[in-house]
Amino acid sequence: MRAPLITLERRTDLSLGRRAGILALAVVAGLLFGALLIWLTGYDPVKAYTAIFGGSFGGGYALSQMLAASIPLATIALGTAVAFRVRIWNIGGEGQFYMGAFAATGVELAGAAGRWPGFLLIPAMIASGFVMGALWAAFPGWLRAYFGVNEIITTLMLNYVAILWVNYLVYGPWKDPAGHNFPFSPRFPGSATFPRLWEGQLHAGLFVPILAAIVFVFVLSRTQWGYELRVIGENPTAAHYAGINIRRNIMLAMLVSGGMAGIAGMVQVSGVVHVLSGQISTNYGYTAIIVAWLGQLHPMAILVVSMLFGALVNGGFAVSQVGIPQALGFLLQGIILFFVLGMGDLLSRYRVVVGRREPLVASTPPEAAPSMTA
Amino acid sequence: MTPELFVTICVAAIVSGTSILWPALGEVLAERSGVLNLGVEGMMLMGALFGYVVDVDTSNIWLAMLAAILAAMVLALIHAFLTISLRANQIVTGLAATLFGSGFTAFVGKPFVGAVAPALLPRIEIPGLSTIPFFGQVLFSEDPVVYASFILVPLMAYFIYRTRPGLNLRAIGESPATADAMGVSVQARRYLYVLIGGAMAGVGGAYLSLFYTPTWIEGMTAGRGWIAVGLVVFGVWDPWRVMAGAYLFGFVDGFQLRLQALGSTIPSFFLNMLPYLFIILVVAVSSGEKLQRKLGVPTALGKPYWREERT
Repeated sequence: MRAPLITLERRTDLSLGRRAGILALAVVAGLLFGALLIWLTGYDPVKAYTAIFGGSFGGGYALSQMLAASIPLATIALGTAVAFRVRIWNIGGEGQFYMGAFAATGVELAGAAGRWPGFLLIPAMIASGFVMGALWAAFPGWLRAYFGVNEIITTLMLNYVAILWVNYLVYGPWKDPAGHNFPFSPRFPGSATFPRLWEGQLHAGLFVPILAAIVFVFVLSRTQWGYELRVIGENPTAAHYAGINIRRNIMLAMLVSGGMAGIAGMVQVSGVVHVLSGQISTNYGYTAIIVAWLGQLHPMAILVVSMLFGALVNGGFAVSQVGIPQALGFLLQGIILFFVLGMGDLLSRYRVVVGRREPLVASTPPEAAPSMTA
Repeated sequence: MTPELFVTICVAAIVSGTSILWPALGEVLAERSGVLNLGVEGMMLMGALFGYVVDVDTSNIWLAMLAAILAAMVLALIHAFLTISLRANQIVTGLAATLFGSGFTAFVGKPFVGAVAPALLPRIEIPGLSTIPFFGQVLFSEDPVVYASFILVPLMAYFIYRTRPGLNLRAIGESPATADAMGVSVQARRYLYVLIGGAMAGVGGAYLSLFYTPTWIEGMTAGRGWIAVGLVVFGVWDPWRVMAGAYLFGFVDGFQLRLQALGSTIPSFFLNMLPYLFIILVVAVSSGEKLQRKLGVPTALGKPYWREERT
């Protein structure tokens, strides 16, 4: 049989640069497909993308807004990545985010009444946000680790419960008496807010995900826990036989990922909105899942990807100003994820070969991007 | 609880449960074939919006239902293509489908928010049966989607356990390599069941926008797609148990809505939490059950099948 001119060959190796290139290509293809969809639904794609780009990159104010939107995404995604690394599908970032914001607001209300200074109040709010988010994730984590209960369902259901709880508070006991009946908590005093860094909404909370990413890199590469995380992610069976305590790692991963989402909630109310309400999140918890995945669960890559998605979230606000529904940002996220999943996987698995160079013998079992296909 | 109140809640339970039952039954088929579909929520939204839009356009409820089914199937096809042909991670792809579905419907559906659908599913009282006390009101004064589900559940149970295609369905979800060796086309069948599952999610979504609510609101499924996925776990991939779970859910939902309507002193936020907490409870309880351990998850659930990598 004659060899065909063009064949798809299995890839067995994949450099970091190539992987990044494939992801970038998939993102561009996703945006192009998105343009087609925008056009088909009767809107102007050029206008839409101009608004998104201008709203996120056109000048200092835009950049500041984009970075501000990427803070919660990066913070949640870093935690999510820890959970995903041990193959725990914590989809509850949204709820844990709200619970963190709730706890931080609780501390703020108590602290503001006691006139605590900022250097005391802010750390207390961060700690409470972490603890509450972690607790909110601990329950599904416990169910999963000890009873094998599907964590996707439980974490997801708890998102709705958390949002209802926060809504109860801001429509009821925590409603600002001076707030003209709007469902908001009283406005945070200066001692409970992060200082703004630039024009727009960029605030000192920017350092939270950066710091977290550095810690994450250190933990992954230098500590025993990081080693265990990597082993479980690559091969759970081997991890089990190596005597790694999987249950403990599941609980830890859930606590860390929930806690990070909780901190993100705290950072959002303290840095951007300055009140608690049922609308503090623009689906950050769900978007962060994509960010973690696109960042290949790697902390530094997550920081980069979170800026792209910060631009999309922010772009949603921008397009709504020119008469295009805000949901466009969300739609584009879905499309990009589709393209990364499809095209990214395909391109990282196969290479196009023109003319056959060597006999087709698989020498090693094919390997896709690590732990991305399990 | 007065008898009248109980009947009202039971009627509400059937209606609310049916919107979950259809997607859940579809998910049973997809998961039995080995494909986890977490895009149910997005597919329901596609069905809800497109059913509604066509209904507004044509005032024809049957065309609307058809549109809902097709729209949901398009999204299911994407999920099938990515997970079956390209072997993408099923969990993340499902999430992507849900994100896409909610984003797309919110984007396209923006101009339609608010108006009531012109043609709704008719309530049909079955002559004779509908006059039976209690059961007549609860079971035999319903709409066609409910009646169809009454037929669908036994039919599906028969199909899964008693027919050869049903056996093949179970085989490709338990041991695709064996099924493949027996000459069953694993990939093609998985496509088929994911598509059917998507179509049924579309029915569930349209049921919300064309009967239950009946209008289009962004994100109107409010987690019902996820609840359907949860009920499949509770139902151990068995149509009868899934049906029981759906009506049980419907009862909790109907109960809390009734309490709200009656002006309960409990804040509505807490009552609204009940259906979600209920699902956590049933999924947690059923996960430890003997039956679950015995029948358990379809072994190949979540694992792509590729002949070259057969082990």
